[in-house]
Amino acid sequence: MNHAELAENFIKDGERTTWHDETLWFVRKKRDLAAFQIPEWEALREAASQIKHNGLSHMHEYLIAFEEKATANGIKVHWAMDALEHNQIVHRILKENSIAEIIKSKSMLTEECHLNEYLIENGVDVVDTDLGERIVQLREEKPSHIVLPAIHLKKEDVGETFHQHLGTEKGNKDPQYLTEAARQHLREKFVSRKAALTGVNFAVAETGEFVVCTNEGNADMGAHLADVHIACMGFEKIIPERKHLGVFLRLLARSATGQPITTYSSHFKKPRPGQQMHIVIVDNGRSQQLGREDFRNSLKCIRCGACMNTCPVYRRSGGHSYHSAVAGPIGSILAPNLDMRKNADLPFASTLCGSCSNVCPVKIDIHDQLYKWRQVLVKEGHVPFGKKVAMRAMTFTLSHPGVFKTAGKMGRKMMGLAPFTVSNGLNPWYKQREMPAPPKESFREWFSKNRNGQ
Amino acid sequence: MDSRKYILEAIAKNQPTPTPLPDISAIAVVNYDVVDKFKTILEGIGGQVIEIKDSEDVIAYVKANFSEGQRVISTVSELTSVAETDWQTQDPHTLENVELNILEAKMGVAENAALWLTEPQLGQRVAPFITQNLAVILDKNNLVATMHHAYERIADAEYGFGLFLAGPSKTADIEQSLVLGAHGSRSMTVFLRST
Repeated sequence: MNHAELAENFIKDGERTTWHDETLWFVRKKRDLAAFQIPEWEALREAASQIKHNGLSHMHEYLIAFEEKATANGIKVHWAMDALEHNQIVHRILKENSIAEIIKSKSMLTEECHLNEYLIENGVDVVDTDLGERIVQLREEKPSHIVLPAIHLKKEDVGETFHQHLGTEKGNKDPQYLTEAARQHLREKFVSRKAALTGVNFAVAETGEFVVCTNEGNADMGAHLADVHIACMGFEKIIPERKHLGVFLRLLARSATGQPITTYSSHFKKPRPGQQMHIVIVDNGRSQQLGREDFRNSLKCIRCGACMNTCPVYRRSGGHSYHSAVAGPIGSILAPNLDMRKNADLPFASTLCGSCSNVCPVKIDIHDQLYKWRQVLVKEGHVPFGKKVAMRAMTFTLSHPGVFKTAGKMGRKMMGLAPFTVSNGLNPWYKQREMPAPPKESFREWFSKNRNGQ
Repeated sequence: MDSRKYILEAIAKNQPTPTPLPDISAIAVVNYDVVDKFKTILEGIGGQVIEIKDSEDVIAYVKANFSEGQRVISTVSELTSVAETDWQTQDPHTLENVELNILEAKMGVAENAALWLTEPQLGQRVAPFITQNLAVILDKNNLVATMHHAYERIADAEYGFGLFLAGPSKTADIEQSLVLGAHGSRSMTVFLRST
């Protein structure tokens, strides 16, 4: 199913759609409050964008420097060309250590690679430890937001899920009570599991350390108790120097949730004595995106989710409608790089209002890229025939004033005399909308009547 | 095929023309008192601030708020009368029953109430996470204004693990309702010491 069909399904429950919309807008407002307290906010965004650009333009040397430092620090570095190789590496490390049960903190990369499915197929038990991710995992769903994985659910849903899986009281939907139940349930996992997998927010070329940010403390509870810590990262997580963390840590949480910083910003530089620490550096299409001049800026993304919270389409269609690990505006410019045919609908799931670009902490030109992807997709033949024909007809009409005039007149007449020709199920603009009353005359007619000869 | 070679070659071929790094040395705008800011922010993110003169005040606090049977650990040697101070080499799993952990930070950041801790102050990496309640002693004159100042001070310091910690563990994953005490410490107290 494409975005429009999935979104249609999501909005069937009007009340829930409104709740979803308002909740994300509330997060967007918290972001504004946090940003407005920093007089140098715009300078920070600009600096972050430039640092990331420097990173992209020196990626080759920074990656080599990072590998060298990390290796010297006692971390084992692995390279994965694609999702499958990434999954195989993780599985191999586990097998070598005879581990069949792992805990995992949030990593959008592993979602992108479908690591959980791969490990489960190979007999490894995987427990997600971020509360939102645990909730969706128990429900056999996918996260619908990169920062707020269970934002599509109401507390009643979570209460029911926990009642079924964790044995909480039937009907109890108190967030405090449910969070406590998850705390107890996951503590048992933290203290018993031998391997922990985490994502990476930033990897520093200068020092070979990597930083993981969480509010819950789940990444650290896992990593510091486990014998084996595996951290997975797309290569674009590289930043040049340690001091640049100052810029990104100031922007990340404020953009994401309006907090001044996440509760924990953990700098992993060396394994603790007796522990194994691995980093898997993944390409999976990123080097190709790096070569696309119009789209390479998408690799600057620090996964704050601000573009989703502000997006009028995301807020009203839900994360699952994007059928991709990363939803929303940023997901819509990343996904076509991975599979143009499968994700051809996503760049069209936007009003091009530009709000995403305005809130992006690293100043990615998201809405421009959405527009550019549309052109690439049409040129490469990935757009439905009907849309293509309609667009061609539109181009013809708009570039021939005589045709435009006649077509307008006919349209107004038809809407007036035979409204059913537009007010029917075949017209997608008629869904959930009343068609406007046709104007009596066009602007051109009004102009020639009132301003003629002046 | 050697993936490392393949990835690095593809990147070398596709990376854009080099651009310089921006100068971030003067980016911070500081228009606040660092102590006031630190207190306001910490309270805003669910922590509490207690002003103290010396470790005697901390000892009195522990005695008033925790009972004999509750396990208290610390890396601060002056607190031996109320806390275990010899747990650093134990198996980290044995810290599971810790009720209160008292650490001392060498630096705090006013703009976000984050405290910088590395292994000598942490005792064990998992210690500030696994404890039910966390308290950190900080000298007022070890407060810096922003993260830029903090990294200037950290500079090229060597550590195995470093942590910026701001407030108690929290989540809002259930309907955006804020709950303190997700997986890490349920409460976070900073003893702000005048010097």
